[in-house]
Amino acid sequence: MPVIELEDVSRAFTVTSRSGLRRTRREVRAVDGMSFTVEPGEVMGYIGPNGAGKSTTIKMLTGILVPSGGSIRVAGVDPSRHRLKLARRIGVVFGQRTTLWWDLPLKDSFAVLQKMYGVPLARHRENLATFVELLDLGDLLDVPVRQLSLGQRMRGDIAAALLHDPEIVYLDEPTIGLDVISKARLREFLAQVNAERRTTIILTTHDLDDIEALCTRVMVIDHGHQIFDGTLDGLKSSQSAPRTLVVDLAASLPPIEVTGATVVKVNGPRQHLTFPTSTSAAPLLAEIAANYPLVDLSVSEPTIESVITQLYNSA
Amino acid sequence: MPLWLLDITRFERRLQVGVYWAIAVRSFRRFSTYRIATASGAFTNSVFGFIMCGIYLTLWHERPGLGGYDASDALTFVWLQQGLLMPVGIWGATTTGELGERVRSGEIAVDLYRPTHLLLWWLSVDLGRAAFQLLVRGGVPLLAGMLVFDLKFPSSLPAWLAVAAGVFLAILVSFGIRYLVALSGFWITDTRGTEQLALVLSTFFSGMVLPLVVFPGWIGEVARATPWAATMQVPIDIWLGRNPGGAGSALLFQLGWIVVLLLGAQLVTSVATRKVVIQGG
Repeated sequence: MPVIELEDVSRAFTVTSRSGLRRTRREVRAVDGMSFTVEPGEVMGYIGPNGAGKSTTIKMLTGILVPSGGSIRVAGVDPSRHRLKLARRIGVVFGQRTTLWWDLPLKDSFAVLQKMYGVPLARHRENLATFVELLDLGDLLDVPVRQLSLGQRMRGDIAAALLHDPEIVYLDEPTIGLDVISKARLREFLAQVNAERRTTIILTTHDLDDIEALCTRVMVIDHGHQIFDGTLDGLKSSQSAPRTLVVDLAASLPPIEVTGATVVKVNGPRQHLTFPTSTSAAPLLAEIAANYPLVDLSVSEPTIESVITQLYNSA
Repeated sequence: MPLWLLDITRFERRLQVGVYWAIAVRSFRRFSTYRIATASGAFTNSVFGFIMCGIYLTLWHERPGLGGYDASDALTFVWLQQGLLMPVGIWGATTTGELGERVRSGEIAVDLYRPTHLLLWWLSVDLGRAAFQLLVRGGVPLLAGMLVFDLKFPSSLPAWLAVAAGVFLAILVSFGIRYLVALSGFWITDTRGTEQLALVLSTFFSGMVLPLVVFPGWIGEVARATPWAATMQVPIDIWLGRNPGGAGSALLFQLGWIVVLLLGAQLVTSVATRKVVIQGG
């Protein structure tokens, strides 16, 4: 049974703009007719350009924004009607905000959370011990949150969001501003939590490496509409972003001629060619090797960025 | 659903009290970390106390018995005024100031993701703050005043209990007003106007400028009936034993305003959380 269900959900905002004395009201649909379901234990990447409606969706899923149309069920309840009840069963992390007590040691925030969610003390200690170990928080528990680095604080926030064994966790840009090592550590931790606890994770991010590392499913939205829903591989093959072939020749030559590929750049003896994802690289190589003094070569797949850019543009 | 979740629903009420207590304790601790700010604030309150004493002594020398106070009442009024200024939050408080800022920036969303009631969360935070500030920002000026002047003190245990109740209720009244001002940000994009208005009203009607007892006629009547009177004039009068109808009616007057303000605050909270779009991302 799905843990999240949206049916034809819309959310409109009224935007008032003023020019001179005239005031005009305009309705903007931040989310427009969205329908999807999420199964327990799924890790779904929720991506889209700024203003696409990601935050609006998350706010509706957590019950702090009432949809203007359609129906939502999360963990079996209507979020906006049972916000407090639902709050016990979900965890939320904002990359740019914190739920921790700024001027107090990290452990104080955790102690309040134990009371807030009524987690039995034994369970709380067990969870805390696990997260302290996995997120390497041991030395940070006695440090006031304001003295933590961004990466340390983020680890604290993630632990805080998971201490009460939530069924669903919403992560909004959890790796924003973190260095490569912190990012990798955080992703590893989230993957482990998902695998061991079957926690459903909804991840909104602009960092496509997060998606690549964690998500079994990707949903792309733009202008309040879903424009893609499927696996990451499915997303890549859905767009005909070209693959690139780089060949090193024995000498500088004018652009070479190969059937099914076009030279896009010549750099001395090195030439860059593009060809459609649907075409196999093998016959191209055979043809080049037969006609030109080929020394070395490499083939690169379209980057996820280029796929998504293409998707936004075509939508 | 894990089994312990069922247990919480059953014991929710009992556990909830524990949550708000835990929050108040953390808030108390948080304010206790601002050592230098607290010390310099208490010093400032004491300095202002001496200045105000100079002014009030002159005034009561010229008009003995003004407003039914004798000179000793007036001096005690000054030190209680300085001592209650921060704990009660006559000019606003860090906590409700932060609440207003969170409403403006949209960061209030973080508060709404918690399984706690917004009003009770902020009330607990404010009570923790007030408790700490009452100890230091209240205690130090009073001690300073005591050393120099002959101040009045409640003379019996019931009188002390009435003072404690009066101060507690004063904090609740003030919280109610400050909370409403902070939440006005849900409807007004720029709340500086509301805050300014609240500041002016609070300064005058609480008795910060002059004790409200000195205002004659209808101005005095109106001033003494406002909720701001319940934040400072009334608890100080309980201390001095000068409430016209006795301490009991003074506490009832405060209680009346608390009921009105907190019901209003709860109403505004539910309207805001249901209807109002949370601004920003």
